[in-house]
Amino acid sequence: MWAWFHKWSSPRWFYQLSGRLLPWLAVISAVCLLVGVAWGLLYVPPDYKQGNSFRIIYIHVPAAAVAMAGYMMMAIAGAISLVWRIKLADMVVKCAAPIGAALTFLALVTGAIWGKPTWGTWWVWDARITSVLVLFFLYIGIIALYEAFENKEAAGRACAILALVGAVNIPIIYWSVEWWYSLHQPASISFTGESSIHPSMLRPLMLTITGFYAFFGVALLMFVRNEILDRERNTRWVRELVTAAAR
Amino acid sequence: MYFDSVSALLQMDGHGSYVWSAYGITALTLIALLVAPLQRKKRQLRELRAHYRREQA
Amino acid sequence: MKTLGPIELALRLLRRELTVSLRRRTELANPLFFFLIVCTLFPLGLGPSPQILAELAPGILWIVALLSVLMASDALFKGDFDDGTLEQILLSPVPLYTTVLMKTLAHWLLTGVPLTLLSPLLALMLQMPSEGLGALLLSLGCGSLVLSFIAAIGAALTVGLKRGGVLLSLLVLPLFVPVLIFGSAAVQRAVAGMDASSPLALLAALALFFLALAPFAIGGALRVSLDQ
Repeated sequence: MWAWFHKWSSPRWFYQLSGRLLPWLAVISAVCLLVGVAWGLLYVPPDYKQGNSFRIIYIHVPAAAVAMAGYMMMAIAGAISLVWRIKLADMVVKCAAPIGAALTFLALVTGAIWGKPTWGTWWVWDARITSVLVLFFLYIGIIALYEAFENKEAAGRACAILALVGAVNIPIIYWSVEWWYSLHQPASISFTGESSIHPSMLRPLMLTITGFYAFFGVALLMFVRNEILDRERNTRWVRELVTAAAR
Repeated sequence: MYFDSVSALLQMDGHGSYVWSAYGITALTLIALLVAPLQRKKRQLRELRAHYRREQA
Repeated sequence: MKTLGPIELALRLLRRELTVSLRRRTELANPLFFFLIVCTLFPLGLGPSPQILAELAPGILWIVALLSVLMASDALFKGDFDDGTLEQILLSPVPLYTTVLMKTLAHWLLTGVPLTLLSPLLALMLQMPSEGLGALLLSLGCGSLVLSFIAAIGAALTVGLKRGGVLLSLLVLPLFVPVLIFGSAAVQRAVAGMDASSPLALLAALALFFLALAPFAIGGALRVSLDQ
């Protein structure tokens, strides 16, 4: 078990394994996204209340779900990096942040676009939207902290600590925002659209959620592989790999 | 297929501009997330090669 | 040399922090004046109408107090970092947890507590109904402790950086959200004549939570900042 763990955490081994894994993950992601989106856009009947605007759900919900899960994964990588001092783990923290931030941004933008035709406004201070906005800020903080350090190993560990602190705080933030929202009862807008969702609408959603998760994996592996090449540039295997690719 | 024609698909009973812009922004963002590491890798390989050559010289 | 018990040790550390900080009086007064000046800006921006000010006062006071704590926290570890004391602290046999805890408590005693004591005056100027004063004092006193702990984490992460100021606020402000929510809600409820005890209890719970856990994060962050 321990040997396996160590092997996994070696950048070289990870680089080779991820290289083999990447095409499969990319295919899964592409198939799930294309089929799910085509199904959702072309074949699913419109929602009886919202009409066609509900089709945004097939990108909005997956983006939000993966953005959230991405933060948790980043925090777990941060914990691994701090406890076992594994270089690979803080590369993961560093690389997950921009991807997570992009997905959070997508969740916010598609939510706003969905809100306009459905509730007549681009933005509401609703509990869920506000929480996602705070999540976006947390991601931005990680990116900004990493960029501020000259020494990239120190930067990685600083980000690991911040990610962990953020992960501990996220449940508190979510719960407090929920509480805040219940305090200031909204006047007319009701956001409970879930109850009306029909099973036929749900199946493509499952597909796009899987597709987004796989996409997150693909992008993360690509980012991490670049980071490995960069940080391990003085090892023999990277040198051999790079010079072999040149021929 | 739910929609009868391409124009109906594009219009989506008036919601077309919202739906398509949301999907367009998503597509652009996801593509950017793939293109960025690909380009970085290309640049990196070039830099590393130059770096190793300098070392040997 | 006589060995000290943990409580005695902690109290000595606290006293050291307080004496060192009290030598720089003007630095201590700055956050208070910041609090006063920014609160003055609100009537100028919003207009002097007593009704509007009274309605917004709990939120204004809380947001400005939060920013004042943030401003003050930038210097929390700076002095010790610059003159090398921080390295001595990490090398010394005293548990880092205790040192960091006492440093943060001293920071709270010298910024959070004075801000809390000043707040009734500003509440008066912003026309806040006097029913809210008790909740304002309690929520600010308790909430600023939480703010100090969170800000200390950010300050420890950024202490080694040349330009940490704005970055510090980026890191810390999102984490302030729950404190702001519970704090301003407590005051608003008290003003409206409702029971404010539940948000106050939540703030107290947060304070205990951070009291127990934040020093670990602060200590780890200081180690990273010194390692580079």
